[in-house]
Amino acid sequence: MEDIISKLKTANLIGRGGAGFPTWQKWEGVLNAKGNVKYVVCNASEGEPLVFKDKYILENYLEDVINGIGIAAQTIDAKECYVYLNKNYFKTLGKEIEKAGKKLKLKVFKKPEGYISGEETTILNNIEGKLKEPRLKPPFPTEAGLFGCPTLINNVETFYHISKIDKGEYKGTKFFCITGDIKKKGVYELPENYTVKQALEATNNMPDFDFFVQSGGGAAGEILLKNELDRPVFGMASIVVFDKEKTDTFSLMKKWADFFISGNCDKCTPCREGVYRIKEILKNSQNGKVNKDILKDLCLVLDETSFCPLGRSVSRPFKSLIDKIL
Amino acid sequence: MPKIIEITIDGKKIKAKDGQTILEVAKENGIKIPELCNHPDLTVKANCRICCVEIDGSKGLQTACSTRVKEGMIVKTNSEKVKQARKINLELIFSQHNEECFDCVWRFNCNLLKLADEFDAKITRFEDRKKHYPTYKFGNAIIFDSSKCIDCRNCVEMCAMQQANFLEVEKRGNFLDVIPTRDKKKDCIYCGQCLVHCPAGAFEGVGEFEEVELPLKDKTKTVVFQFAPSIRASIGEEFGMPAGSIVTGQLVAAIKKLGADFVFDVSVGADFTTVEEGKELISRIQNKKNLPMFTSCCPAWVKYVEFYRPDLIPNLTSARSPQMMMGGIIKTFWAEKCKINPKDIVVVSIMPCTAKKQEFLKPEMEINGMKPIDYVFTTRELAYLLQKKKIELPSLKPEEADNPLGDPSGAGVIYGTTGGVVESAIRTVYKQLTDKELPKLEFKDARGLEGIKKAEIKINGATIKIGITNGMGNAVKLLEELKKNPKAFDYIEVMACPGGCIGGGGQPMPTSQEIRRKRAEALYSIDKGKKIRAAHDNPVICEFKKEVSEEGAHKILHTTYKKDKGKGYETI
Repeated sequence: MEDIISKLKTANLIGRGGAGFPTWQKWEGVLNAKGNVKYVVCNASEGEPLVFKDKYILENYLEDVINGIGIAAQTIDAKECYVYLNKNYFKTLGKEIEKAGKKLKLKVFKKPEGYISGEETTILNNIEGKLKEPRLKPPFPTEAGLFGCPTLINNVETFYHISKIDKGEYKGTKFFCITGDIKKKGVYELPENYTVKQALEATNNMPDFDFFVQSGGGAAGEILLKNELDRPVFGMASIVVFDKEKTDTFSLMKKWADFFISGNCDKCTPCREGVYRIKEILKNSQNGKVNKDILKDLCLVLDETSFCPLGRSVSRPFKSLIDKIL
Repeated sequence: MPKIIEITIDGKKIKAKDGQTILEVAKENGIKIPELCNHPDLTVKANCRICCVEIDGSKGLQTACSTRVKEGMIVKTNSEKVKQARKINLELIFSQHNEECFDCVWRFNCNLLKLADEFDAKITRFEDRKKHYPTYKFGNAIIFDSSKCIDCRNCVEMCAMQQANFLEVEKRGNFLDVIPTRDKKKDCIYCGQCLVHCPAGAFEGVGEFEEVELPLKDKTKTVVFQFAPSIRASIGEEFGMPAGSIVTGQLVAAIKKLGADFVFDVSVGADFTTVEEGKELISRIQNKKNLPMFTSCCPAWVKYVEFYRPDLIPNLTSARSPQMMMGGIIKTFWAEKCKINPKDIVVVSIMPCTAKKQEFLKPEMEINGMKPIDYVFTTRELAYLLQKKKIELPSLKPEEADNPLGDPSGAGVIYGTTGGVVESAIRTVYKQLTDKELPKLEFKDARGLEGIKKAEIKINGATIKIGITNGMGNAVKLLEELKKNPKAFDYIEVMACPGGCIGGGGQPMPTSQEIRRKRAEALYSIDKGKKIRAAHDNPVICEFKKEVSEEGAHKILHTTYKKDKGKGYETI
């Protein structure tokens, strides 16, 4: 049993949900947590726009994902396993996943609307039928998660790699979701330390026009200019390419604002009100100018005082776009 | 014993208990960290983000209310970044909050404004997002102006703790808003705990403060004020006095100064309630009928029964609550004595309670087609009026309330705290059953602020089993116990608010267990100093019995209850 944890440690697998947490630590946490009842949750919420790599993995490598969940269930002696599935994937994949996980008595839970629903403690609240909002941490889900029991929550891709590690087939790869104003949109399995540039080149997607990219999520990702592509894609590997000339940056920002305002939970002041004010600033901007003083203030409280990682990530795309492009 | 650890706050080394939050440690050491949504009666939700502090090595600021101390932690509560973040978050809080300061329950004591001042927040930096949000009215008791709500959700949590579950959050457009439920199976019980736990003044009593001057306007009427037991130990706080200050005499003087013709003490009404309720208890125990008997002085509890548990209606005592008994006595017995046409009397009740604003309107309370009471105002409303008229209550020379309805027994005074009704009843029931005075008047098992208290008393060889509960959440727990064991109790006192009336929804704010404890202690100390300490020894009761027929008395002192189908809310 502990074998798999040391394997994860050796492989240095980092969770692929975006938070960048070493997987073995979570596993060890749940394994050592006190409690007779424990749970495994596979996070297949994939809530950001223009990101579809978990869907791709479920469509193409379901067996490995289920295998990974099974290893987890066995390791921590889980009472039940859940696949917490994006609503839009439910119709096509729900039954299939249930079937594939029959031996595990896997339960597929349809994720409710909203970006916040992918946050790990919100997942727990949703499965328990509670208010759709994050919980205070500590306690962490590893100690007190679903129904107050130790719970292991990993992303779809993480479970895929766990299966590969267990089989000795892991090659330190990660799934890159590359899309936008390019020809070869798709999900590519590439070395995990690939930079944005390497990923675009390796997939023959390096544009020959003036462009910028959004890396790390189709809403919360950071805007990078052409000369900034020599950096690895942290966390969830998503790259969206924008044709600079054709992109209306204001409507892009408005899209993000709409996404966050409908997807956040309204629990804490900075995220509830800050996101709303960003939306208002964009609405009231004239001649392509935004009130940067107010925006800076809003970003400060979002970054520094939001309750959960969602709020703390909201400012990243706006700040980077406005600083670099406007 | 928790482990003692050392942390540093603002450069000062401090010993702390492992497991404490930064906020708790700071408070114990006199370091002020601002807070809005944090309330000692509620769980930590960390929603407002005002108490954020900087912790060395932590990414981003952390909230002091929710972050537990760790050995060697270095905390800065006042760095430039912290101050800036608080300022902006305050501006965002004000961007939701439609200011109406002149008519706000917090007007002299507004934490929002104090913080805005402290952190140089520009409260009008953003246009009010909620200015078109609706105002709701719950019965005749509570008004919820949702344009003032800052979404801290204290009210929703409190309403759930009170087992009403009437307030909830609902997604409307892009926002999760606090609203009264549309679920017809739930209704407001009017306890007002939402109000006293709201940091933003989004809740107020109906009429608060627009109506408080009305009764004194008509000079042709005889205006009689009566004040509830708990108020003598709480209204001082509105004038900057410490919690638990006893101001009975100043209160009477202040009301007289307002121009009231007579001032009576509802604690005398409580004495009447005790005697009636005691008689009823004895008869029910002897006849083994409708036991356990529940108290009914708390109108929020009665509303709970009439709406949520009508099956328990036969178990409520038929004895009216003290304010209703007094109103009836004033307009009958006293009016006759003074030869005043009861139609020319205006009775004004000063209550610690918002539910009393609903109780006095119940049609079953009418006597000979008359409402026993004409106005019910909260402690806060009276304080507002006194302040408006520049009557400085603490500096007034104490006066005595008018006779014969101005001098209660000690038992009547302790009605204002949890356990007071039971203690008063036991003093009287003992006497009625044994014809002897209770050897030890203080009934210790009934005292204290615990949510559920149990006591037994042996009288003439028989044991009376008593339950006492405060806070509707605790009451419901007791009811569940009763379901399992219907014979567990003979007599149960229920007060819907934490601590009883001293923690009522009409009381000065803020409230906390500490403040409630001090108010309760003050009431017990009044009782201790009284010559007459048992309700049945109050001479006015004898006088009343002599002059009023049994049938007449029953009409004045007793009531009936009926199933409540729910009143929901109105949007105004």
